[in-house]
Amino acid sequence: MAYPSDRKYSTDHEWVRVSGNVATVGISHHAQDALGEIVHVELPAVGKTFKKGDSAAEVESVKAVSDVYAPVGGTVTEVNGALDGSEGTVNSDPHEAGWLFKLALTNAAEVEALLDSVAYGEHAGNDF
Amino acid sequence: MPRRTPFHEYHRDAGARLIDFGGWEMPVQYQGILAEHTACREAIGCFDVSHMGEVRFRGPQAQAAVNHLVTNDVSKIALDQAMYTAMCNERGGIVDDLIVYKIGEEDLLICVNAANREKDYAWMKANNPFGAEITNESDQWAQLAIQGRHAIELGEGLLGRSLADVKNYWFTRGSFAGVEGCIVARTGYTGEDGFEVFLPAGAADIIWTAIHERGARFGLADIGLGARDTLRLEMKYCLYGNDISDDTTPLEAGLAWVTKLDKGDFIGREPLLAQKAAGVPRRLVGLEVQDRIARQHSAVLYEGQVVGEVTSGTRSPTLQKNVAIAYVPAGLSKVGTRFEVDIRGKSASAEVVKTPFYTRNY
Repeated sequence: MAYPSDRKYSTDHEWVRVSGNVATVGISHHAQDALGEIVHVELPAVGKTFKKGDSAAEVESVKAVSDVYAPVGGTVTEVNGALDGSEGTVNSDPHEAGWLFKLALTNAAEVEALLDSVAYGEHAGNDF
Repeated sequence: MPRRTPFHEYHRDAGARLIDFGGWEMPVQYQGILAEHTACREAIGCFDVSHMGEVRFRGPQAQAAVNHLVTNDVSKIALDQAMYTAMCNERGGIVDDLIVYKIGEEDLLICVNAANREKDYAWMKANNPFGAEITNESDQWAQLAIQGRHAIELGEGLLGRSLADVKNYWFTRGSFAGVEGCIVARTGYTGEDGFEVFLPAGAADIIWTAIHERGARFGLADIGLGARDTLRLEMKYCLYGNDISDDTTPLEAGLAWVTKLDKGDFIGREPLLAQKAAGVPRRLVGLEVQDRIARQHSAVLYEGQVVGEVTSGTRSPTLQKNVAIAYVPAGLSKVGTRFEVDIRGKSASAEVVKTPFYTRNY
């Protein structure tokens, strides 16, 4: 299976899918697999503004906690409240229902600097 | 080159995720930590614990030599009885926590933590004024822990006699799955009923196969180090290197029950007596943490001041609560005391609760 080509990826294993001026952010299949079963997700407050590379959220498995960095700068417009109590969705469907938060982009050009699905697949290992 | 147990190929073939643990390549998970945790709580789990070490004390002075090294009183155990204890340094800090098995009047086997194998053996050899014969048998033994409500029934089928009659912290020796020279002990690190079997390393294949063939009907699952940690944490069992270390005393760690200050001299007795007389300054408590998962080294605050530190923490899969173990000042160790825990810069409220966090219902 290959990574979806409708979005971009950071080397830190976040994905970004842009629609208009809003970017939806999640973690990649590779990231959720490396973390193991996710039991807690700490999401940012709506309205909060991040620069590219800021720690914007946390995902925790039984064993470890991992920062989710804003892959692009922006202001949080929405978070995925459906994950509350269903954190395992990040494992089972990381690229769709397991999305984490949405950002109103500060600078759309930042998206272009991210990896495409082919380059990310090479970075993370394509097989899953 | 990492060290591997005799069961390594079974882990690899099962698709286990392998990690380095104290120089050992060990399975951290097979199907997943949560599923394995649940399998052990609800059915039966099989843990490869062959990385743990075994040191044998023999000779007329074996018992005196062990009693000089450990905090509990091994003169109190009978033949075929086991005893949990700490072993302290001259400052009263914990070198390791151990289980002593009385094999014979002049023959004691000690099970030590994997990461401490060499340290413990060197410490024992260097502190042997009684001249007991001390042998590191770690490479001769493999060890499996079988834990869960069906473990005893499984074990009895392979033992060919009653295991239910072997009381908690007693053991029986002999043939297991047709392999002579095994030790089957009613011990464990999960809070479930069960046993641990010491077997000759060369018989690993026979015993692994027998346990898995017979275990299938009970829903036996292989369990990695990840669930081993969450299972023991729900019981507030200490993990060496997290909750106890060379710099913590058994009195601080809630191990006073295995510290017999009146048994006669042993290494660490003087500083432990002094600490008891002066008042134990801190205690290891169980915390329930709201909203977030505290982890090792998270600071514990009381009225805005850092007063302690989390030594282990996780999301309890059984209780669906965030639990932690932490050192706090003795005066603040009562059940119901409230703290704040600093979790990566954010504050979470926590409360001292009764432990173990989990109690089995059978």
